[in-house]
Amino acid sequence: MDDLANLIDVAKTERSRQKRLRVHCCTSTGCRAASSEAVLTSLQDTIKTEGLEDEVEAIGVGCMGFCGRGPLVEIEPSAWLDPAFQGDKPLENEQLYEEVKPEQAASIITALKGGTATAVKGNPQHPFFARQMKIVREFSGRIDPERIEEYIAVGGYRSLYKAVYEMTPAEVVDEITRSGLRGRGGGGYPTGLKWATVAKMTGDQKYVICNGDEGDPGAFMDRSVLESDPHLVLEGMAIAGYAVGANHGFIYVRAEYPLAIQRLQKAIQQAKKYGLLGSQIFDSMFDFKVDIRIGAGAFVCGEETALIQSIEGGRGNPQPRPPYPAQSGLWDCPTLINNVETFGNIAPIIHRGGDWYAGIGTEKSKGTKIFALTGKIRNNGLIEVPMGITLRDIVEDMGGGVPEGDIKAVQTGGPSGGCIPVSLLDTPVDYDSLVAIGSMMGSGGMVVMDDTTNMVEVAKFYMEFCKEESCGKCIPCRAGTVQLYDMLTHLLSQQATEDDLIKLEELCRMVKETSLCGLGMSAPNPVLSTLRYFHDEYEALLKTPAFSSS
Amino acid sequence: MSVKTLKIDGKDIAIESGTTVLQAAKENGVAIPTLCHLDGVSDVGACRLCLVEVAGSNKLLPACVTEVAEGMDIQTNTPKLQQYRKMTVELLFAEGNHVCAVCVANGNCELQDMAVLVGMDHSRFPYQFPDRPVDVSHEQFGIDHNRCILCTRCVRVCDEIEGAHVWDVAQRGENCFIVSGLNQPWGEVDACTSCGKCVDACPTGAIFRKGSTTGEKERDRAKLEFLVTAREQHQWTR
Ligand SMILES: Cc1cc2nc3c(=O)[nH]c(=O)nc-3n(C[C@H](O)[C@H](O)[C@H](O)COP(=O)(O)O)c2cc1C
Ligand code: SF4
Ligand code: SF4
Ligand code: SF4
Ligand code: FES
Repeated sequence: MDDLANLIDVAKTERSRQKRLRVHCCTSTGCRAASSEAVLTSLQDTIKTEGLEDEVEAIGVGCMGFCGRGPLVEIEPSAWLDPAFQGDKPLENEQLYEEVKPEQAASIITALKGGTATAVKGNPQHPFFARQMKIVREFSGRIDPERIEEYIAVGGYRSLYKAVYEMTPAEVVDEITRSGLRGRGGGGYPTGLKWATVAKMTGDQKYVICNGDEGDPGAFMDRSVLESDPHLVLEGMAIAGYAVGANHGFIYVRAEYPLAIQRLQKAIQQAKKYGLLGSQIFDSMFDFKVDIRIGAGAFVCGEETALIQSIEGGRGNPQPRPPYPAQSGLWDCPTLINNVETFGNIAPIIHRGGDWYAGIGTEKSKGTKIFALTGKIRNNGLIEVPMGITLRDIVEDMGGGVPEGDIKAVQTGGPSGGCIPVSLLDTPVDYDSLVAIGSMMGSGGMVVMDDTTNMVEVAKFYMEFCKEESCGKCIPCRAGTVQLYDMLTHLLSQQATEDDLIKLEELCRMVKETSLCGLGMSAPNPVLSTLRYFHDEYEALLKTPAFSSS
Repeated sequence: MSVKTLKIDGKDIAIESGTTVLQAAKENGVAIPTLCHLDGVSDVGACRLCLVEVAGSNKLLPACVTEVAEGMDIQTNTPKLQQYRKMTVELLFAEGNHVCAVCVANGNCELQDMAVLVGMDHSRFPYQFPDRPVDVSHEQFGIDHNRCILCTRCVRVCDEIEGAHVWDVAQRGENCFIVSGLNQPWGEVDACTSCGKCVDACPTGAIFRKGSTTGEKERDRAKLEFLVTAREQHQWTR
């Protein structure tokens, strides 16, 4: 692909090929498990038998988000996907079907000619959808992730072109800095600052790494982005490569994500064919190639220094920082490492500008965040919401509350985060507010708990996870998590005393303050936050109830 | 060569930049407790005993891998650090099976010394009594995993000084153990040159010379230092 005209040509050709109506059927991991591929085949067959091929096409797409009600089928006019489309999108033209069974699929197509479908109709105006704000997921569930032409048709790779031809590397870094974007991998480190650090480093060889290890139990945000819109991540990485002066990128994906890996492989091949990755991108002097590295699925390999060790072929053990990867990372070269979702924000920021992005969210947390809403909740699935929305809005309005009884707590941040009691549901979702109440944003897990939940059990569940995922390198985490887990078990068997409770808290603080990497440093958080907000539940478990005797 | 000035436990110090806090402290008569550090091999920051407090940082920093910086104000022995060090040693004793009375290293063991130093006489954490093996397949040496504290000093000394790379860490978390060769009995690992450096490097009685009985283990730590100096500075004096 030599210039912009070519890119526009591909987009035009693709748009004119597209039929007036698109029937989207989710073929991501979750819906696949519920026979969505059979649904898609039936949709495609029926379009033929009904003679609708000129008007309608059925396309396998990525995740639409409402995973709890999959497989999902959505009908959307192709005109809406044109980046130039303006005007309103009349409701009656958009139709959503939930929990579609293969035998119901045909009726969805025949209903286009009149009549009603036997499949369950969903409501695209439900708060679950209506309150979302999609930047990273804008085209997830709306384009075929296995065809680069569809990505190009919705404006894909235009940001890369813009960066390479209309901006200097420093201007790209500046744009990201101005956007206020912070890392979505959990830590919330300012992305622009990280890019600037790597850009400033001297040295011929630098690397870009995309962290797709995603090990939090219950989290699948990154998997969904990789499966639904792989080119968005590749484009973000290439822009990063241009900005920091790297010509080689790695995507680290866990082996448990075969579909994401397969789609990424396809995407990389297609991008290379079009000259959008590889040497002399857009016929410029900029080269950038991307390789996939498959992780064995250890949680700790998501930690950046361990991940680098793992790519180098070593044991995935965290290393002391400094030096930070930005200074000395992969093969001791300056290395930029960002999360999948972080890279997913890059092309939109370059396209629409840092100021646009900075206009969304709160003062210190900009843009949107994807959450995997799960647990005791009516509507579960993936949502992308603007920063600053309250937990209450997410859980009660979008999620529809708990199916029975009352909400007791919301857990964010997975094994590194904490449990937020219902009394704090009006807390806005942003990095600093969540930390202030003893939890954290984390990578995007959000588990809702109802009043039947035993919070000490919850703490034990996460401690068991940390104990099993500890790499064993440093003593506080390796031996401390074992003792903490045993203490919680002891408590739950109602054998512990008040002294034990004090010891539990002491050890939590010690492990938190002395561990080498983030895993150990945050492993006590679920215990500390439940001790803080649900102390009575711990006390109730004591052998001799607190304050009853002297 | 540039020089940094800093404070360690209130004492003003000037030292070559690039030096670690541990080294700077040592050269100025301040002993910071360590277990995984071994002069002459790389540092890994794993045991966390050398953590110190630095004014202005909300994190405790490992002295062995932290370089001195201008104006640092370091405290090496605050009540908090003492408490944490004691807990670390307690965790170590509870994690393995340390029966000092019958150990080859009794009286000559860095773990034991550490317990004395931090004032630990029993562990407040329940002993785990793990089921760990002993490997005496090597002609001259043996390894008793019950006494291993996973400091990886043997791994590094064998790899970095002897160049044999016999040892590695297998598994993760509480199941970690030091493994020889491709998880073979030590005696079957061809790469081992029987140099004995790992015996000298091991802080506990985990790796020992066969034939030594309770309290008889002696280490020739000076030999390791001699080798490193010889290699790095080409000085063959001892
Ligand atoms: C135990 C542990 C696990 C982690 N797992 C992940 C992960 O799965 N994905 C991820 O992006 N970051 C993970 N991180 C954070 C990374 O170390 C790193 O901060 C992040 O990839 C940086 O990208 P960002 O700035 O875009 O967030 C993990 C950190 C720790 C301590
Ligand atoms: S904190 Fe845990 S995971 Fe991290 S280095 Fe230490 S033992 Fe390994
Ligand atoms: S005796 Fe020497 S070669 Fe053999 S394992 Fe020990 S250090 Fe390595
Ligand atoms: S065998 Fe000795 S030197 Fe090796 S890890 Fe265990 S305690 Fe450390
Ligand atoms: S001596 Fe520094 S961490 Fe062990």
